Amino acid sequence: MDKVLSNKWVIALYVLPSLLLILAVIYVPLVLTGYYGLMEWDAVSPMEYIGLDNYSRLIEDGAFWASVRHSLVFAVMSTLSLILYLAVAMILSANIRGANLLRKIYLIPMLLSSVAIAQLWLKIYHPTTGILNGFLEWIGIENTPAWLSDTKVVLWAVFIPILWQYAGFYIIIYYAALKNIPATLVEAARIDGATSVQIAFRIKLPLIFEVIKVTIVLAVVGSLKYFDLIYVMTGGGPNGASEVMASYMYNAAFDRREFGYGSAIGFFLLVICLVATWGIRRLTATKDTIEYS
Amino acid sequence: MNSANTMKLPAATSRSFAGRLGKGVLYVLLVVAAIVQLLPLVWLLFFSLKNNQEVFNLPAFSLPKELRWENYELVWTRGHIGRYLWNSVWITAVSVGLTILLASFVTYAITRMRWRLSTLVLGLFMIGIMIPVHSALIPLFNMFNKAGLIDSQLSLLITYTAFNLPLTIMILLGFYYALPREVEEAAIMDGCSVNRLFFRIILPMTSSVIATAAIINMIYNWNEFIFVNTFISTDSLKTLTVGVQNFIGQYTVNWGAIGATLMLSILPIILIFLALSNRIVEGIAAGSVKG
Repeated sequence: MDKVLSNKWVIALYVLPSLLLILAVIYVPLVLTGYYGLMEWDAVSPMEYIGLDNYSRLIEDGAFWASVRHSLVFAVMSTLSLILYLAVAMILSANIRGANLLRKIYLIPMLLSSVAIAQLWLKIYHPTTGILNGFLEWIGIENTPAWLSDTKVVLWAVFIPILWQYAGFYIIIYYAALKNIPATLVEAARIDGATSVQIAFRIKLPLIFEVIKVTIVLAVVGSLKYFDLIYVMTGGGPNGASEVMASYMYNAAFDRREFGYGSAIGFFLLVICLVATWGIRRLTATKDTIEYS
Repeated sequence: MNSANTMKLPAATSRSFAGRLGKGVLYVLLVVAAIVQLLPLVWLLFFSLKNNQEVFNLPAFSLPKELRWENYELVWTRGHIGRYLWNSVWITAVSVGLTILLASFVTYAITRMRWRLSTLVLGLFMIGIMIPVHSALIPLFNMFNKAGLIDSQLSLLITYTAFNLPLTIMILLGFYYALPREVEEAAIMDGCSVNRLFFRIILPMTSSVIATAAIINMIYNWNEFIFVNTFISTDSLKTLTVGVQNFIGQYTVNWGAIGATLMLSILPIILIFLALSNRIVEGIAAGSVKG
């Protein structure tokens, strides 16, 4: 058995194709991004080495830092919205009739492409014909905002579809984790006189903390690299008011043909995503993991 | 003891009444949330069957007076929706197949075979989950450009397969670890080769988790935007997601046509969801809970 399962040729045959593929398509490009960041390059004429100029330009680029700020705002708001999702999942997991159907309904927006969602919400936000302003006028609000062309509200307006889109995803993750808690533990607490609120905060939350950690990483990193929906809905506008890191990078490279500068932004994006992942894991590290079986 | 019981009784009943009332309120909240999730899509369905006059003059949620299927007819004949649909179907199918096969190979080698670098290789795949695709986009564009793969659908097959491998392996891992080894041991005793063992025994045994991973992959590939938008410029080579985006650009004032295009683009996913919702839910739960 051991001999058969440590045959070098078979292992190479099974692992190498995939390994070479991710090295060539994911890891080599990541290194190249950092390298291209040292170049002046428009993708037509040859690259020209300019040292750290792109990176020092990045540090002084106010529009870039605005996009970083917007990405961070999204990361914070996405993390806060996890509380809402967790609350829904908590209620849903308390033997609610129709819980299975409800969580499937919550999930539907998540299955649609960001393009379709963006186009739909463009219509919802339409200043005169959209349902949102239609509803606001119906309940008597005048001077309804022009959601996506107002620099003060656009960032919040873009966040609402994100909240809508990802609700089902996180609710399903939390629901599965909560259902995973052995019923005997909750029963024992109830017999000891714990209230539902106490059970939720003292027993359920600590037991699913590992999952909560994973979702915080997903929400933060997901927000930092958020792109499709914003690119389609606003293109980062008006006047950069909804620009995020990924859209700023994309516009620099593929619109303005500054591929060297775009690469520098891409490299920064990579670093900040990895640092955020590491940082969150570090901050939420627990000394002992809770085990139950 | 007796008195303690009677003391407790009223408190218990009042709590259960409050509890039931509370539960009712919470239930209403859950249903409201479900309505919020569905309402935009219902509105989309309605305006896809109206003409502009009806959209602008009638209340948003009024039923279409007559069902204007001509909106659908218009976009189906004018746009290349059929073409985009076919591109999406085959690109998704091929890359999901490739991803599942390659990921199964890797997962099998990591969970069952003994070799020195297996932890390192697994680490490389797992870190891949956190990598933002945008950071690899410009070099990939340059590489494909040099290889003559820009504006070729091969670039999509390659990137979809590579970027989906990490998550797929993660979904498969938990299942493989839990798989009993006895069957394999018996097969090897009987002189079965590893390849035969893998294709005849392991793959069939993992068919349920393969289905789950395939559906998750399918949804990601079907909705993928940035690679198609960057690598493909010829209209007839685009997938539904991006093709629809360009097509809508031409119809900014015709709401019915836009609604019909969007409905057609989300319909395949909605149908698959109706057929396989349990597996999709399971796949999403499996993909992250185990991480």
